[in-house]
Amino acid sequence: MDSVLNDTFVWFAGLLRDLLESLGIPADYVTVLLLLVGAFVLATILLLSTFILIWAERKIVARIQDRLGPNRVGPFGVLQTVADLMKLVTKELITPIGADIIPYNLAPLLAVMAVVGIWAVMPFAPTFIGADINVGVLYTVSIGAIGTLGIMLAGMSSNNKYALLGAFRTVAMMISYAVPMVLALVIPVLLASSMGMSSIVEAQSNFSWFIFLAPVAAFVFFVSSIAEVGRAPFDLLEAESEIVAGFHIEYSGLKFGMFFVAEFLHAFTISALFATLFLGGWQGPYAEIYPVLGLVYFLIKTSLVYFVVIWIRASFPRFRIDQINSLNWKMITPIALGAIIFAAITEKLVQETGLNQFLAHATANVILIVIILVSLRLYASAARKAQAQKDELAIPVSQASPIE
Amino acid sequence: MTILQITFLIVALIAVVAALMVVTSPSMVHAALWLILTLGCVAVLFVLLNAGFLAVVQVAVYIDAIAIMIIIVVMLTRRAMSQDATQVTKTWWAAILVAATMFAALVLLFTLVPFIWEGPAALSMTGEAFLDELGESLVDVNRYILPFEVASILLLVALIGSITVALPLKIREKESGD
Repeated sequence: MDSVLNDTFVWFAGLLRDLLESLGIPADYVTVLLLLVGAFVLATILLLSTFILIWAERKIVARIQDRLGPNRVGPFGVLQTVADLMKLVTKELITPIGADIIPYNLAPLLAVMAVVGIWAVMPFAPTFIGADINVGVLYTVSIGAIGTLGIMLAGMSSNNKYALLGAFRTVAMMISYAVPMVLALVIPVLLASSMGMSSIVEAQSNFSWFIFLAPVAAFVFFVSSIAEVGRAPFDLLEAESEIVAGFHIEYSGLKFGMFFVAEFLHAFTISALFATLFLGGWQGPYAEIYPVLGLVYFLIKTSLVYFVVIWIRASFPRFRIDQINSLNWKMITPIALGAIIFAAITEKLVQETGLNQFLAHATANVILIVIILVSLRLYASAARKAQAQKDELAIPVSQASPIE
Repeated sequence: MTILQITFLIVALIAVVAALMVVTSPSMVHAALWLILTLGCVAVLFVLLNAGFLAVVQVAVYIDAIAIMIIIVVMLTRRAMSQDATQVTKTWWAAILVAATMFAALVLLFTLVPFIWEGPAALSMTGEAFLDELGESLVDVNRYILPFEVASILLLVALIGSITVALPLKIREKESGD
């Protein structure tokens, strides 16, 4: 019983392996089989968890907007999502005339696959991780590219102008926000000196979470990952008032449901990524001894971040496309570049001179924040001056002061 | 046959078929999608070779890049979405001539320069150490620093060039006028 508590996940995997090998299956086939079973179970649990996620999100948004939210089906409306799913399943699957059949049907699959795929490298607990590959961080980025591709395909193949516009906005936004997101990801990699997800979590033991060491990078990652999954206030690839529903306008029934599930799960996934990379993942008191506790800490941290994501969604109005692009290229990307330079120099100094790591990084971040604020202030005054000049020129000739 | 060999055969077959479809598909968008499948299969082959880093980079770089390429295809070419576009242009013989000449020149080059066959020193392919070595070899004076920097300058030139092309006409005239 002691081994069950200490190493629940290893114990369970060993049990399954023994069972399969006792059936007379060769060892390497058992490995493949176990991996397949693991992937199936993980994906199913994730997709089922969207029932709770969608309900929680609707409930929280409703509270923020001074409404009650779903409250009819089941206790507190928990079963509302099940009812919605039933409705979606019974709807007809419509394929528009002139649609490109194979990409059209492939797109919802890719959208869901890209989200679920990220969880393969997510360390839930010390001994509970799908695949501890040594390039885990880069893997999450490349799987995200497949999600972009799914949205692109949906827009391209629907034979609808609004869908195509939605897909074009995707390129303008998701691909450009990938730049600061990847740059911000470099900093946890640099601090942990590894790209493996579980080594990054292990490097954050004893509350040396990377959000304390690199708050600027954490902020950049948080903002750009919200943009990357296309959530409010960055949800203009499906802005209802402008392009009806964007890339998924021609999808109905369960195919629309898959995009819907992908969107909600994606928001939860970036929360989990943030918790892993910056909040120490499963780290917490006694997590090393009882891995189950690690899973609990991981879920608590993820839920907290998820709450903030929902909070932001309920609070901010949608950006315009030019605001989104200038926010990215003129603000977030330079900040991310600056954060990398500061973090790299500080980390090297810490290693060479033996300074206190936390104090050194805190000082560097304070300097960085001051530089950002000062340059923002300078930019604002320059912009104000330019605007004043423009206003002066706009005065009609009769009222203008005589030119010398 | 082991599972590894079966996987390799299936993936390699898909890669070859998809590569053929890239050049024979009448629709440009479809050709780009087949190209994605080909490159995805190449990524799987990298995984089978234990080169996880290269596989992940392959997916990250190429699939994103092709998503952009599809957009450019749609915006810049006529009848990009149509199925009945003709596969050959009037100057197909000139294209064959150029391709054949290039191929012959490359073969000649490889036979004339003997040290190309030797190839650069292989990196040791074990986990974390592999990544460290890859990073260090890119900034090592004795190894790949020259190609690495040349590639960086090439990208920088492309970046500056595209900004210059994209600048509004007024700003360009003002800057060249002063």
